[in-house]
Amino acid sequence: MSLTDATSRPAAPSRLSGVPVMLAALFCLACLVCALGADWIAPYGEADLVAMPWQAPDLAHPLGTDQLGRDMLSRIIFGARTSIGLSLAIVTLAFMVGGAFGLAAVTLGGWADAVISRVVDLFMALPPLVLALLALSVSGTSLVTLTLVAAFIASLRVFRLTRALGVDIAARDFVDVARLRRDSTARIMWREILPNAAIPLISEFGLRFVFAFLFVASLSFLGLGVQPPTADWGGMVRENVGALNYGRLTPLVPAAFIALLAISVNLIGDYVVARRGGAR
Amino acid sequence: MNGSAPLLEIKGLHVEAVLPNGGIATILDDISLTLGRGEVMGLIGESGAGKSTLGLTALGAVRGGAYVRSGEVKLDGVDLLKGGPALLRDIRGRRVAYVAQSAASAFNPAFRLIDQVIETSVQRRLMSRAQARQRAIELFARLELPSPETFGEKFPHQASGGQLQRAMTAMAMCARPDLIVFDEPTTALDVTTQIEVILAVRQAIREEGMAGLYISHDLALVAQMADAILVLRHGKMVESGSTAQVIEAPTADYTRRLIAARNLRHAPQPERPPLLELKGIAAGYGNVSIIEKLDLVVPQGRTLAVVGESGSGKSTLGKVICGLLPHRAGSLAFAGRRLEPDMHRRPLDDLRDIQMVHQNPDLALNPRQRVGEIIGAPLSRFQGLRGAARDVAVAALLEQVELKPEFAERRPGALSGGQKQRVCIARALAARPRLIVCDEVTSALDPLVADGVLKLLARLQAEQGVSYLFITHDFGAVEALADHVAVMRHGALVAAGPARQVLNPPYHPYTEALIRAVPELRLGWLDGVIAARATQTPDRRST
Repeated sequence: MSLTDATSRPAAPSRLSGVPVMLAALFCLACLVCALGADWIAPYGEADLVAMPWQAPDLAHPLGTDQLGRDMLSRIIFGARTSIGLSLAIVTLAFMVGGAFGLAAVTLGGWADAVISRVVDLFMALPPLVLALLALSVSGTSLVTLTLVAAFIASLRVFRLTRALGVDIAARDFVDVARLRRDSTARIMWREILPNAAIPLISEFGLRFVFAFLFVASLSFLGLGVQPPTADWGGMVRENVGALNYGRLTPLVPAAFIALLAISVNLIGDYVVARRGGAR
Repeated sequence: MNGSAPLLEIKGLHVEAVLPNGGIATILDDISLTLGRGEVMGLIGESGAGKSTLGLTALGAVRGGAYVRSGEVKLDGVDLLKGGPALLRDIRGRRVAYVAQSAASAFNPAFRLIDQVIETSVQRRLMSRAQARQRAIELFARLELPSPETFGEKFPHQASGGQLQRAMTAMAMCARPDLIVFDEPTTALDVTTQIEVILAVRQAIREEGMAGLYISHDLALVAQMADAILVLRHGKMVESGSTAQVIEAPTADYTRRLIAARNLRHAPQPERPPLLELKGIAAGYGNVSIIEKLDLVVPQGRTLAVVGESGSGKSTLGKVICGLLPHRAGSLAFAGRRLEPDMHRRPLDDLRDIQMVHQNPDLALNPRQRVGEIIGAPLSRFQGLRGAARDVAVAALLEQVELKPEFAERRPGALSGGQKQRVCIARALAARPRLIVCDEVTSALDPLVADGVLKLLARLQAEQGVSYLFITHDFGAVEALADHVAVMRHGALVAAGPARQVLNPPYHPYTEALIRAVPELRLGWLDGVIAARATQTPDRRST
């Protein structure tokens, strides 16, 4: 119970204004269009050397050029495809796997829960980057293995969150009622527990999406992520970081896009949560 | 200090709140009251009546989102609503104190009780640390806490609920305030613990000469504590006057209904053969044994009430019968056949025949499902109904529990407490069970709403011949429904038999203690209890 002084004036109703959400949605839509239609939208090719390295923005290259003299705008547009596609695939997979195991653990309980949880603890004890390096050096670097490995690592945290949320819900009487009705485990997970955990999971999705971005970028830095010349926003920050020494702001361009997308995805997530009345 | 002004004077108080959708809700509508020094006023009303909001305004506080639209709250002639934060800070704890409903969650678990009890007095420099400790120990003794000298050294988790509630009263009294606001201080306690707390609190209030606002939904309890009573409903004053006047000559229809509530009586019914028989049942969790060697019989189409305090194992009994907690020893027989201990091994027919209605409908109903889905699920499972046929059956069940068919489209969040409990009953009925285990089904409900649910249960039994195992601590509910009564304590039976035998003299001593602890709606009941206790040995300090 939050209390306020009775002498204070009524607080204006705090409402999530629609304008920032609209802008966020527009930005996400634009990124999606770029990702899908990069070949037609981008003025230059993804790997074309078109000018001198680290040129300042001008009419021909509105966002300047990168360390090899490739058009920054084109690379951002192509990078949207790699970065968003990859992150989306990683996070979606992570939520399907981690969420399913988390719900299964709380619904089955007992030894099933204990076994799954301890295995997850085991993997979480390893630093994620080391785990990824190990897995990628064994399996070889391709976009598919990268996605699978990153999704596995992200799914550990999704599992922990889903289980923490689910334990609380599975202890409620309506789950007992469903069990006494002999509903299947899958039905209890899907119909009774998941809908009550959905709202925190949705906001977590936005956050995990951003982390997946950064994770791919750090793998790229170590040469195990997205391979050149394929553009990805995280990798572009790293490639161009040297420009800061020469007083150029080039690496801030992809960084700004990462930040904008992160904020937009989270704004939309918060909006969904608020709309579904999740302030409980 | 203005000697002629009453201690607390509230005039024309309007409190409103901003709703999440931007609308405005009226919480208190034109409330006025006057409270003199040393007087206790009871605030009565059902949940949502605005009684807690009114109590909080005496501290110059409102809940987040609420605000005072107009009115005055004068303490000793000073309007709290016109004073600034400095005035309010000065008054709170020192002149007006607050005792919350759940002391267990109001104490900080990381500090010893005594440090929390004396915190305000020391921090305000009203007393030295040593003086404050002395005062706290005095108060512990006055509130009849066990070994008052050392009680304060305990951490909150080391004290029982009733002790914590008294420690919180000591915390409120420590700085010698003029007024204490008690917000349902005993609602979360057992009847036998409740009476210990109210006895101690009333004596302490009288001896300390403090005034009190006593908020409760229990009219019988308030009648023992208060000099005057204010009845609230939907934020409006329904009735106010001296306690004698309100109890003996109520003018408002609502007050009359409150007084008449809890007077349902169940007529004796002819005996019937047993439906459920428990023989030597033992159950527990891990190494802890909760129930030991329990024998019970529920007759067909009749009600067995199981009565006891919290921790007596009565809710565990419900879980054992449903198969949620397999019993360790003994046997369950249902309609002549043996019941498996574990629900997973019971045939579907056994699961269908025994349904459960829980204490808290908020936990028993999935908030994300519509009422139609909630009631429809057992219809699909047990009767194989689908589509339009299921919708028709849902509507029929809603009608049986006296709800409109439109409720099928709503989610539990859009229902009141009583309506939710009716949905739970409809869900149980949907299976066409022969036995319904009712676990404290009325204890989360307001008295008038609880009466409605009890009447519904009685009607359904008369019409459909369903048996009830009615788990409760409420003797009013027992008298309304029970054919047979079993009294439980520490997992074992204390007394069992036909209701009129168990509930009438000669009582078993424990049954008598339970019955005597239930507040009666007449003036002087508590004085009678005090007098009766004075003649007994004085070592009746509870744990």
